[in-house]
Amino acid sequence: MLYLIPALPFFSALLLILGWRTFSRTTVSVIGCGSIGISALITLAQGWQFLQSGHDSMVQHLWTWVQSGSFNAGMDLRLDALSLAFVFVITFVGFLIHVYSTGYMADDADYGRFFACMNLFVGAMLMLVLADNLLLLYLGWEGVGLCSYLLIGFWYKDPANGYAARKAFIVTRVGDTAMAIALFMLFQYTGSLQISSILEKAPGMWTTGHATVVLIAFLLLGGAVGKSAQLPLQTWLPDAMAGPTPVSALIHAATMVTAGVYLVARTNVLFDLAPAAQTAVAVVGAATLLLAGCSALVQKDIKRVLAYSTISQIGYMFLALGVGAWSAAIFHFVTHAFFKALLFMGAGAVIVALHHEQDMFKMGGLRKSLPGVFRVFLIGSASLAALPFITSGFYSKDQIVWLAWSSAKGHTAYWVIALAGAFLTAMYTFRMVFLTFYGSYRGHAAPHTPGSSMMIPLYILAFLSTVAGFVELPHTLGHVTLFSDFLQPILPAVQMLQESTALEWTSQLLAAGLTFLGIYIAWVWVIQQPDGMRRFAEMPFMQWLRGFWYKGWAFDELYNELLVRPFVRTARLNRRDLVDKVYTTLARVTEWCHDALARTQSGLLRWYIMGVLIGAVLILSVLIWRIYI
Amino acid sequence: MILLYIILIPVLGALLSWLTAARNTALCRWIALCSLLLDLGIVTAIWLGNGAAENGWLYHLQAPWIPQFGISLHLAMDGLSLVMLALTFFLGALAVLISWREITTKTGFFHFNLLFVITGIAGVFLTMDLFLFYFFWEVMLIPMYFLIGIWGHERREYAAYKFFIFTQAGGLLMLLSILALYFVHASNTGVYTFNYFELLNTPMERTLAMWLMLGFLVAFLVKLPAVPFHTWLPDAHTEAPTAGSVVLAGLLLKTGAYGILRFVLPLFPAASQEFAPWAMLLGVAGILYGGQLAFAQPDFKRLIAYTSVSHMGFVLLGAFAFNELAYQGVVMQMITHGISTGALFMLAGVLYERIHTRELSRMGGLWPVLPGMGTVTMIFVMASLGLPGLGNFIAEFLVLLGSWQANRLLTVLAALGLVVATVYSLRIMQKVFFGQTERQYTLPDLGLREWLIMAPLVLVILWLGVYPQPVLKTVTPNTENESVKQKAESKKPTAGNLFAPNSFQHKKQPL
Repeated sequence: MLYLIPALPFFSALLLILGWRTFSRTTVSVIGCGSIGISALITLAQGWQFLQSGHDSMVQHLWTWVQSGSFNAGMDLRLDALSLAFVFVITFVGFLIHVYSTGYMADDADYGRFFACMNLFVGAMLMLVLADNLLLLYLGWEGVGLCSYLLIGFWYKDPANGYAARKAFIVTRVGDTAMAIALFMLFQYTGSLQISSILEKAPGMWTTGHATVVLIAFLLLGGAVGKSAQLPLQTWLPDAMAGPTPVSALIHAATMVTAGVYLVARTNVLFDLAPAAQTAVAVVGAATLLLAGCSALVQKDIKRVLAYSTISQIGYMFLALGVGAWSAAIFHFVTHAFFKALLFMGAGAVIVALHHEQDMFKMGGLRKSLPGVFRVFLIGSASLAALPFITSGFYSKDQIVWLAWSSAKGHTAYWVIALAGAFLTAMYTFRMVFLTFYGSYRGHAAPHTPGSSMMIPLYILAFLSTVAGFVELPHTLGHVTLFSDFLQPILPAVQMLQESTALEWTSQLLAAGLTFLGIYIAWVWVIQQPDGMRRFAEMPFMQWLRGFWYKGWAFDELYNELLVRPFVRTARLNRRDLVDKVYTTLARVTEWCHDALARTQSGLLRWYIMGVLIGAVLILSVLIWRIYI
Repeated sequence: MILLYIILIPVLGALLSWLTAARNTALCRWIALCSLLLDLGIVTAIWLGNGAAENGWLYHLQAPWIPQFGISLHLAMDGLSLVMLALTFFLGALAVLISWREITTKTGFFHFNLLFVITGIAGVFLTMDLFLFYFFWEVMLIPMYFLIGIWGHERREYAAYKFFIFTQAGGLLMLLSILALYFVHASNTGVYTFNYFELLNTPMERTLAMWLMLGFLVAFLVKLPAVPFHTWLPDAHTEAPTAGSVVLAGLLLKTGAYGILRFVLPLFPAASQEFAPWAMLLGVAGILYGGQLAFAQPDFKRLIAYTSVSHMGFVLLGAFAFNELAYQGVVMQMITHGISTGALFMLAGVLYERIHTRELSRMGGLWPVLPGMGTVTMIFVMASLGLPGLGNFIAEFLVLLGSWQANRLLTVLAALGLVVATVYSLRIMQKVFFGQTERQYTLPDLGLREWLIMAPLVLVILWLGVYPQPVLKTVTPNTENESVKQKAESKKPTAGNLFAPNSFQHKKQPL
């Protein structure tokens, strides 16, 4: 049964590719959504069976994929607690996004192609998290990259979309290459790419901090930052907004960007052995969450705010991974999947309602015209901003903030950054909410309410965004550890440095206070004192800073100057292939010699006589020279 | 005898189709197609019949030809020859099909040449006599020259000359090496022979071995092609008619790779070992340099041509990595590159028939007009950038996995080629199918015949991507014995006859 979970989306994708021009819209919807829906149901059944069985994992061998010499990689699927958590989110949230898409994409001419790519996307992501060996994981990994390319560039007529799509594929491929090298190394040392066998052998093979394992972990991290859009490979994600909004929801919530988190969590043993690499994970996460948070603060496009917020939230997950709080990272992934899918699809509902307007400065006051959307969007925003006690985002993020400080690998600096990030998150989230739904309407098009196929998934996600947090509550508030217990067999528990309820309270209250402060500042900024804020923002330094943040800390410019331009320029210069010049020159010299010699054959007798004479004189002189001198 | 039939069937087909063309061109096409399909059937039957696990030599045929000089008609087939022949006749048949509408002048002579090239290629893959090998090597050359020179595009004559001179120059160096080897062997043993199996393990002075190895290698590097001998390729591929490009990229290049695996490494194990870092360096240079040039090209076919330079770099890298992983990766790369690049050339040809241009700048926005073709192109573009699930990934991954054991720095550089491949491959899709068109084309999408060509290609590349085991098993290096395993495990493999086939006396089968 396990194989059906990824096989169904793949199969329906194949079906849709073959028949997207002949199927009716209804058929496409049924195949597209149905396959994911059935996958989700099978996940439930399979998950239930797995939990009942009491085993740590179950493996299904399908066939031998590549076997060469001592290298062996099978089409083997493996279900354990970690992959189950991911599969659950991928299929369920994926299903909701698919249902939503039937409404969102209803008028699109390429309806069939859209669902084919979406199904493929889900299938590839399922393959990634279910893979038993790293080669199969790599298949899903690259498959996800392909689908992001296909979907970001879905509206292919605009070259800008094509550019964004290629950027996503190429940038993530840079990370993938690092990961491929990690695979070579792992095979070289452990003789296998099977994940469980690598993790088993690693502690006996390397001491903690051994250069090899550190290098491997760093290379894996390279792959992870590519897919998860972390520093320094985060530049593709904001541009990935070029695709249709459900695609963004899928990329940000259920698939793709969480792949990096999965990879690091999956190979946690290696990172445990490589403290330098694990610190790098935490540092990357911390730096990214700050950078992206600042960028989210100044965006105009509602989807770009959400894109930067994703980068920032994944930064939290990386921070958690980096301090060894494995299950906290996965917990944040789950809650983030719910509320981010909700926010993206809510934003999509707004965008559709306003006839594809994405600029928040042309929105405003929509809480009256779109009350349903407003309510669910508010729930999602509250969760993203980690509003205390009632949102899932609070419980998951709060755990990370606390563990960033208190775990054995934690540091006060991480904690401060995490708190600053919480403040930023609240601020940019509610700036977005206020700009979109409060004040007065600044646009022209009359908003129209979205249909029920779009609204029902939003209600479900709103419900999940609220209650999902209650499966894991901190010591201070009830102390429920359902989720971390569930992951216990796969992900070791976090090692604590200090366990003090008083300190944990302090941290939580501080975080909560900062959240409210952020919301208040956003309120002042957008609603109460927009003029004062504008004057502040127009000071020269602030203006520069705003521009700098707006374009994502100018990473694009940096890479363009450093990598893209030189490559393109040398390629242009060498279009005609310098090496060929060598040969054509050789040919030309030969031709020239030929011409020169041909010219001596002039047909004029006196020239010939002259030649004979000169030749005779020369030969005689040489002879005389040789004999007499 | 079956080996002789395999070679004679296309010869017969060539003659027949030339003769019938004057009266009935359709019949001529059918004869050409059927003779290749017959060969494909024979090869498939052998493959299925012998089981994929069979190592060593499947068939063997030896008859004296010019006994005074030790030249014999000596054919033999092992797993490597088998899969290469399957590829040859598969692509050959598709090359006939793709020319169905394209070639309308001198149809008979065209098919005569096409089938003769394929005969030459089949001969190269089968012969175990160096003299005969050189003979088939030249047999490939002349009909190809005609194919480019007569039915090519605008600059066909220039391209045909260039192709001929490059390959001929390389071939002559090989001839010198063959003769030298012949005499060295004779002076050692007193026996004058061109027999491959007897020439194996000829003891030689180190410098001499190096020079002879280089003589062979240059011929194969020109054919492969490796930087800096690649410049004939873009011209030849671009100017050739579609079938010519398919045969060139899909098959002719593979004879170079085959030559390295079959002759250079086993005949001169020590010298190749010594030269290996340089050969691998050339391979990496090809991967990156070819990739960047591909990115820069304004001409669709020329772009694909340069991708061949890049992909063949993996062959060179893997061949000189001296381990089983890389070896199987190389063979996979030969097959999958033949299929994916062959398919891309066919798609370029199909597109050319419709819009009569190869300029990328005059394409764009063709997706809504040609969705079927766009989908197929997408698949092969993805294959070309090494997407897992398609055959090329298995090939490149195995090559890199193997070469990592041999040379890490070069492997890292070669892995960067994957990024470059993404850059140029995606450019194809963007320039041809996405974006906006300036001209409003109304074009027919792929027709039945074109689907009949594309569908098998897509199926095969998918099959090789998800279940490559049949091929990998078939091409397991012939000496699957202890020494291989030891070498595969030891970090730095030493020189040895890792690729030297078993002397077939032990496994000789009755014919």
